[in-house]
Amino acid sequence: MNISKIFIGAFLVNNILLMRFIALCSFFGVSTSLDTSVGMSAAVVFVTMLAAWVCWVLWHALLLPLGLEFLRTAVFILVIAGLVQFVEMFLKKYMRGLYSAMGIYLPLITTNCAILAVTFLNVDYGYNLLQATIYALGVGGGYALAIILFAAVRERLEDSPISPSFKGYPIAFVGASLMSLAFLGFANLFGITL
Amino acid sequence: MSPQQKPSRWSYLTNGIIRENPVLILMIGLCPTLATTTSARDGLGMAAAASFVLILSNVVISLVRKFVQPSIRIPIFIIIISTFVTLIDYALQAYQPSLYKVLGVFVPLIVVNCIILGRAEAFAYGHGIFDSFLDGLGNSLGFTVLLVTLGSIREFFAAGTIFGATLTPAWYRAAPMLFFIFPPGAFLTIAILKALVIKFKLGKG
Repeated sequence: MNISKIFIGAFLVNNILLMRFIALCSFFGVSTSLDTSVGMSAAVVFVTMLAAWVCWVLWHALLLPLGLEFLRTAVFILVIAGLVQFVEMFLKKYMRGLYSAMGIYLPLITTNCAILAVTFLNVDYGYNLLQATIYALGVGGGYALAIILFAAVRERLEDSPISPSFKGYPIAFVGASLMSLAFLGFANLFGITL
Repeated sequence: MSPQQKPSRWSYLTNGIIRENPVLILMIGLCPTLATTTSARDGLGMAAAASFVLILSNVVISLVRKFVQPSIRIPIFIIIISTFVTLIDYALQAYQPSLYKVLGVFVPLIVVNCIILGRAEAFAYGHGIFDSFLDGLGNSLGFTVLLVTLGSIREFFAAGTIFGATLTPAWYRAAPMLFFIFPPGAFLTIAILKALVIKFKLGKG
């Protein structure tokens, strides 16, 4: 499968939030303002890339040769948890500017399913390292695109007259439904199926 | 706390079903809820897999809670949970291959399901084995009821059936509302369910 198809597929057609329903907790939890969405997106893109590399190497260099495939779930989640902790300490010590921009979102990322899902899917789809990198970039970019657009919608919703039953979560779900309907329009773009 | 004020065993079991339903009231564990409810049967399958992990991890975490230092509890919880996730992952692959194909990546993703880690942290780490079992069972029932409801609604509109049983006339099944099987339909269905919960004040507060 060629590289650009993998990217477009992950970025638009099979958008991780709106089409595959992965990482929805953060989609609704963090999207209340544009600033937090941008910070969270940056953190997700960054950690997804790192996690995809580390887990890909671990899978192909350690788990597969040793016949330990059944440890995949446990190893990947612990690696991601450790990685997030390490990145947080590294940024805090050496890159203060970046740390203040996305530091507070890093702990939230450990349980962000988007990252874990990317590492599993890279294995399931049998991607090589370059394809895995592009896929991680596409998923991270798609996450950023969807959550930033959605945050803009939610900021407008704050000032709109909404019936009391639909205030808060229900109207946010309706908004997500309409956005997802728009993304459904990307189905079969360049022959990439859902 | 005096014995009379202590919450009863019965309330441990029932809290998770309606009053503190993990999905509809607390709004956690949304990913599998929306992704796997394209039909009532798939919703039930997902709920069964998650319930297996939730109940057993609650019991085991409660069993070992005296030996686990607070500072390292989260990694320990994750290891216990991922053990049960791996078990159910392989069991489904072996015995229910068609269901496993539908659920796909959402089976290993049970490990980051907020409901399970949430119950471990909020309940099992501080309560006895039997109470933790009841709490796990109650939350599992709440999760299951919601997934089956959502799956039934979506299956009814998108295919005209519930659990594969035909409930609509042939002219409807010839041109059903396919919208509900796609992601936008899932968001809209949960929007309406949540609005009903707010309208009739089903949850606490």
